[in-house]
Amino acid sequence: MKQTDNQTEALLRVRGLKKYFQLSAGFTIKKKGIVRAVDGISFDVMPGETLGLVGESGCGKTSTGRCILRLIEPTAGSVVFRGVDIMTLKGKALKDYRRHMQIVFQDPYSSLNPRMKVRSIIGEPFLVHKVCRGKELLREVYSLLEMVGLDRSSIGRYPHEFSGGQRQRIGIARALALRPRFLVADEPVSALDVSVQAQIINLLTTLQAKLGLTLLFISHDLNIVRLISDRIAVMYMGKIVELAPSDAIYSEPKHPYTRLLLESVPRVGEKIKPGSPDEQAVLRAFSDRPEGCAFAARCPAVMDACRAEEPDLQSLREGWQVACHLFNRKKRT
Amino acid sequence: MQEALLKIQGLTTVFQVGDAFLKAVDGAGFSIGKGEIVGLVGESGCGKSITALSILGLVPSPGKIVGGEIVFDGQNLRQISPRAFRKIRGREISMIFQEPTASLNPVFTIENQIVEAIRAHGKISARQAREETLGLLRLVRLPDAEKKLNQYPHQLSGGMNQRVMIAIALACKPQLLIADEPTTALDVTIQAEILRLLLSLKAELGLSILLITHDLSIISGIADRVIVMYTGKVVEDADVASLFSEPAHPYTRGLLGAIPAVQEGKKGTGKKLKAIPGSVPEWHNLPPGCPFHPRCAHALPGCSTVFPQEKQLSPTRRVFCYLYLEEAGTRHETD
Repeated sequence: MKQTDNQTEALLRVRGLKKYFQLSAGFTIKKKGIVRAVDGISFDVMPGETLGLVGESGCGKTSTGRCILRLIEPTAGSVVFRGVDIMTLKGKALKDYRRHMQIVFQDPYSSLNPRMKVRSIIGEPFLVHKVCRGKELLREVYSLLEMVGLDRSSIGRYPHEFSGGQRQRIGIARALALRPRFLVADEPVSALDVSVQAQIINLLTTLQAKLGLTLLFISHDLNIVRLISDRIAVMYMGKIVELAPSDAIYSEPKHPYTRLLLESVPRVGEKIKPGSPDEQAVLRAFSDRPEGCAFAARCPAVMDACRAEEPDLQSLREGWQVACHLFNRKKRT
Repeated sequence: MQEALLKIQGLTTVFQVGDAFLKAVDGAGFSIGKGEIVGLVGESGCGKSITALSILGLVPSPGKIVGGEIVFDGQNLRQISPRAFRKIRGREISMIFQEPTASLNPVFTIENQIVEAIRAHGKISARQAREETLGLLRLVRLPDAEKKLNQYPHQLSGGMNQRVMIAIALACKPQLLIADEPTTALDVTIQAEILRLLLSLKAELGLSILLITHDLSIISGIADRVIVMYTGKVVEDADVASLFSEPAHPYTRGLLGAIPAVQEGKKGTGKKLKAIPGSVPEWHNLPPGCPFHPRCAHALPGCSTVFPQEKQLSPTRRVFCYLYLEEAGTRHETD
């Protein structure tokens, strides 16, 4: 795999990451099978940058985020964070490493314990990692509240007393409590109203600049991902199909799936044309996937090679990778 | 202007909670023309869905319509008998919901569910009903319609289930389809297909559609007219072209500013999204006067007293804001 790892050292290096889920025989699913949620993906995240991870539901983006933090155990692959392969860590070493990597969840309504006051929610990481307690802890909580733009009086209130946007601010304060280097933001704004989404995105970009955070921003919303990402990885059925600087991907998307995604985004001032939809679209049989490229069934530019062999992620040019036979010169001729 | 199919005036729906009455819809008024797609936008909790349910007479229990008129095709739906209403609901006006998979019955086949809708409103034979079902599934472009007849909702994807929902809604050839966030639960590529389908149905059947959504870019792509709601009140009503080129109400401007446009937004340009400060007020604590004034950058002293009168800016455009009411504007400028 050619990577652009020449000048700076990557903060996070993911190689061949896989996460397979077993389908058990049950009431509705008769046969056992395997869902290949994440199917061998590799990428680097540079210090201070934001890597956007986009794709539709079920493409494996959330599983990727969780595997990196080892919130779920990957089936295979390695995740190297600052030179340490975290897949080998156990016990205390793993706990220490978690100080440096945190996550903000999608749903601010279910990711905060309803029985805990804000003081305990934001203060808990300090206690878990035995960083500080008592008055010092209180001072830390106040400064975090201020950092995410919440009132000092919030400290004694419960999550249900806040609006969605405010709750997401609490979630962000909790994640940033121990000043992590790396933050996974898993659809942090998709449960919020448009006007509040903008507030949270602005907050994340401000905090990133201030704290030198590195972000993995997971979202299905291409408009939002663009606002915050330096580079974007597009996932389809467990694989990265395109990885490029965000400007490039929006101005000249290469992979047919990336193009379809971008064309599908409704835009202000652009009329949708009536028409018969793609009849073949989406029969997502995850467990018995056909040979070849996963996107072949929906692809307008499908060739024979696509059904025979799965394309690898290959460098198109510096910093731009695509997994598509269209851009593979050897296969094409 | 087109002939109005549905005309709502001063619609007020309240929910009694303890001793308090919460106005989920507060004096809302608008109309929908024949063959027109009208978008109803606003943030969560602004009364969009309750407006739709009020039209259908389906406001859930502690809620009650306490005022206003809903005139559909010349009949005031608030004055007709429940029996007469049942004939209109489902046959003349039907509705599709946000979660297609949750709206379908998991233990009946697709065929059962569509046939039920057809036979509930007309006496036809089972065979005929089956034929019609197939026709409907083809109308909504469900691939392999024959095969899908005997399948259950869990065997279909979200997009296909939404097509089945639309087929059920169209079973009795309604004049008005109310679509409540029909694509919010779907992926963006599937969303595009459902929206294209709605547009084709409008053209083929002359259907009027009330499209409820929080997504202004969908409205821009598909609707003819937009109604913007905030905390139960209509604040702006305009044709799509003028609303998006020159939003009048500060709330509409705020909503538009908060959309991350694919064309413009870019990291590192130093450009920030223009967020609307604060958040939607809570129901039991609505500010007096114009409910938007605490978040509004142009708030005048009068804004916190009485909700502004309607101002007709052009034949196709109304706004409820003191900025456009001259007397108020000049009066407050001297303050």
